[in-house]
Amino acid sequence: MLGARPGVVNVGLAGFASDLAAQGVPVVGVDWSPPAAHGALLDVLDRLEDPSGLGARVSAANGIALERMLAADPVLVDVRRADEVIPALGEHVILHAGPPIGWDRMCGPMRGAVAGAIVLEGWAADLEAAAELAASGAVTFHPNHHFDAVGPMTGITTRSMAVMVVENRAFGNRAYCTLNEGLGKVMRFGGNDAEVRARLRWLADDLGPALAEALRASGGIALKGLVARGLSMGDEMHQRNVACTSLLLRALAPALARCSADAARLARALDFMGGNDQFFLNVAMAMGKAIMDPVRGIPSSSVVTAMSRNGTDFGIRVSGTGERWFTAPVEMPRGLYFPGFTEADANPDMGDSTIVETIGLGGFAMAAAPAVAGFVGAGRASEAATYTHAMAAISTGRNPEWTIPALDFAGVPCGIDVRRVVASGVAPTINTGIAHREPGIGQVGAGVVRAPLACFTQALEALGAEVGDA
Amino acid sequence: MSAVVVNEVRRGFYLDSVALMRVSAAVRETAGVEAASLMIGTPSNLEILAEAGLLADAGRAAGPNDLVLAVRATDDAAAGAALAAAVERLDGLASGAVEEGGGRVAHAATLEQAMTRLPQARLALISVPGAYAAREARRALRAGLHVMIFSDNVSIEDERALKLEAAERGLLVMGPDCGTALIGGTPLAFANAVPRGDVGLVAASGTGMQEVSVLLARAGAGVSHGIGVGGRDLYDAVGGLSTLAALDGLEADPGTRSIVLISKPPGADTAARVAHRLAACTKPVVACFLGHPAPPGLPPSVRYASTLHEAASLAVGRSVTTCDAEALAGRLTLPANAGVVRGLFTGGTLCAEAQVVLARAGVAVASNAPVPAARAASEGAVGVNLLLDLGADEYTLGRPHPMIEPVVRVEPLRAALADPSVAVVLLDVVLGHGAHADPVAAVVDTIAAAGAAGPAVVASVCGTDADPQGLGGQVRRLEAAGVVVAPSNADAAAVAAAALRRIG
Repeated sequence: MLGARPGVVNVGLAGFASDLAAQGVPVVGVDWSPPAAHGALLDVLDRLEDPSGLGARVSAANGIALERMLAADPVLVDVRRADEVIPALGEHVILHAGPPIGWDRMCGPMRGAVAGAIVLEGWAADLEAAAELAASGAVTFHPNHHFDAVGPMTGITTRSMAVMVVENRAFGNRAYCTLNEGLGKVMRFGGNDAEVRARLRWLADDLGPALAEALRASGGIALKGLVARGLSMGDEMHQRNVACTSLLLRALAPALARCSADAARLARALDFMGGNDQFFLNVAMAMGKAIMDPVRGIPSSSVVTAMSRNGTDFGIRVSGTGERWFTAPVEMPRGLYFPGFTEADANPDMGDSTIVETIGLGGFAMAAAPAVAGFVGAGRASEAATYTHAMAAISTGRNPEWTIPALDFAGVPCGIDVRRVVASGVAPTINTGIAHREPGIGQVGAGVVRAPLACFTQALEALGAEVGDA
Repeated sequence: MSAVVVNEVRRGFYLDSVALMRVSAAVRETAGVEAASLMIGTPSNLEILAEAGLLADAGRAAGPNDLVLAVRATDDAAAGAALAAAVERLDGLASGAVEEGGGRVAHAATLEQAMTRLPQARLALISVPGAYAAREARRALRAGLHVMIFSDNVSIEDERALKLEAAERGLLVMGPDCGTALIGGTPLAFANAVPRGDVGLVAASGTGMQEVSVLLARAGAGVSHGIGVGGRDLYDAVGGLSTLAALDGLEADPGTRSIVLISKPPGADTAARVAHRLAACTKPVVACFLGHPAPPGLPPSVRYASTLHEAASLAVGRSVTTCDAEALAGRLTLPANAGVVRGLFTGGTLCAEAQVVLARAGVAVASNAPVPAARAASEGAVGVNLLLDLGADEYTLGRPHPMIEPVVRVEPLRAALADPSVAVVLLDVVLGHGAHADPVAAVVDTIAAAGAAGPAVVASVCGTDADPQGLGGQVRRLEAAGVVVAPSNADAAAVAAAALRRIG
């Protein structure tokens, strides 16, 4: 140490770092926050981080998790009627976003979407009767995540809806997500009137089959490379999907045209996809689910395999603790509102779309999409990189195939490590749309929200018990 | 009209307490505000807020990862305005508009990430709250870094464990509660800009190291490295692990020709180990266990100093300052019927040294941090020669250290200047990195406000012209305010002793 001038890592008072920098000493300032753990849980954290003890086992398991994430080969292969690929979707069965929840605790938009889906499926004659049916206990609710599926915002999936099929060819598993309905009055934001239901019918009966035919004819569309290009074009795949939607449309259009005998029908399909910048979001979500499912159940791994919210609870699942959900109350997004709306109109955070952050996109890839940083109210465009750097600190590694030009082509951070979240007190940043709290009104803004730290402290405690017993 | 207490809680928000205290101080200036405090919602902080009459229901529900903004004001409108002002300042800080100037600092979210951004880093400077400091220090050691722990409130068990782990890894732990170091010419935390030279310093006291380094500079000498070890290193519970490691390092360092060791006296078991090590040292050593006689068993090769001034003088072989205390005392205008000295110190070791000098001059002194020759007393003791360490725990609980925020000294100074029994007020002013940008301002403003009739004021300034505050300007402004400025802390205390002798 008594040799040359030291390079310094400053952990704490910022003034010490600026003093050193002013003297020309190389210094990095750690934006320190206290760990999210206290007391006995801090001891659990210490054990799980100790590189000469259990920490080595956890890190090795996380290495396997990261390998599986990076080895994934997701391909959009098909669009199917939901109950063809999810046999559990029978009469009176509804899948929803987030961790498990019953009718009694559902937020307004989710109730609205449930009622709409019941009418759509013909289980009740009108919305009022539908709400009564749902409240009566005659409807069974399950998370999408329990059936290889994901859904945006309310995430409602019922038997006759169209779902996209993404196959992870490296592992052979498949994941499903409904088709994006566009903006405005839509079921994912709790919309449930005749117009909403008619669009869902059209998606299932017309656009879905057309896409299916085109996808089968083209042999599927490999998504990894497409997403890589989208990142370089300013998408982060959660609040900005305009580049990937365009790339997808460009890839699909010839096959769609070849398979279509009806120019008007083809035009409507192209119009719908081309007019909806967020069309690719649902593809990215199914891709995320397809990538993360093979990462589940690696003993001792502290890598997060799912983050999801139902408008009431935020839930996460962790590889080493299997199918368990760790939940905490969802938070309110902070962001910008469309004209005429304010925070008072906002519904709490909702949707399975956080699977996108789970694979290192969305808030984790903010640096790729400076336009989004402004749009979601996260600060100046120049601050976008700060988000990605912070997410790298809680991630296991980086994805060398998904790079960010503005960060000198550093890969997106991926593999959220529960230990690092708890140790740093830095929660995952999520880019999200904001729904109106009343059903049927739709999106009122967009913003950022943090995953509640309480989910991660619970997961750490459970993992500590799991690893300690092994 | 009864006051209203309003709390606002920001979930998952952290800012270091010094920054928070600065915001708090600014909010207190808002019209209609009686009290205001911004604190992280740890149980102990919530207790402090409750005792201050600043805790409302919203704040009670806060957790250790939340920030509580607490205001007591004359009415709701004033409270609302104060909270808005606080939020505005917080957002300014959070957006990176940091008040401290200086060069650009690269940022990272964790220590591990910082290592990837600065692989050539060799030292971690840790100043997080004490409850977390040992954790961060352990992470730093495991990342292969030497560690300087500025934080206090680290348990002595953690301190020993960290130092043992460091020894195994061939690394050095400076601290905890280490405020000052000079490594290879780089001042860390609270340190002065002094020239490089061939004297190596090992110090358990931050201001002790600062004063010695400044006095060496005044004598034309310089410092090779200044290694802080933390105030408890020579306790038997720690065993002098860092002191021994520092001695090893300086003995092996070709740039170091002699060594000065500044500490409290070692514990009985540790004394033998340190004496053994010093006896074997191939370089000349000066030891100073401030306020204590030379401990038995100190090898004859070690020269012993009882003050910082003597330690620096022994290291260079002549007195580091020339000061005619009697002559300076003769220039003081002493008030009639007054007969005691009141010392108000921002540096704890400077307070101890002043006690030693006064006691040796035959003055009966008392202090809230007494050396063996002084007796214990606290602020409010009347008619005694009272030297107060304003950096002691009772003054700094929930408040910044007076070296960071000299306003802390304003009230005691105002009281001393108005006290008819006080003949001489004795002050220290500590400059350097980390210290307040203009520490004399609070002193000269308070003296100006008190008027000319009060006690004489004698001060010393621990600093150099290369320090960010600049020695010359600070001294000139003190002198313009009528303060007699001595060339060292020991000299200032000698002037005070001479003044008391003149009174008789």
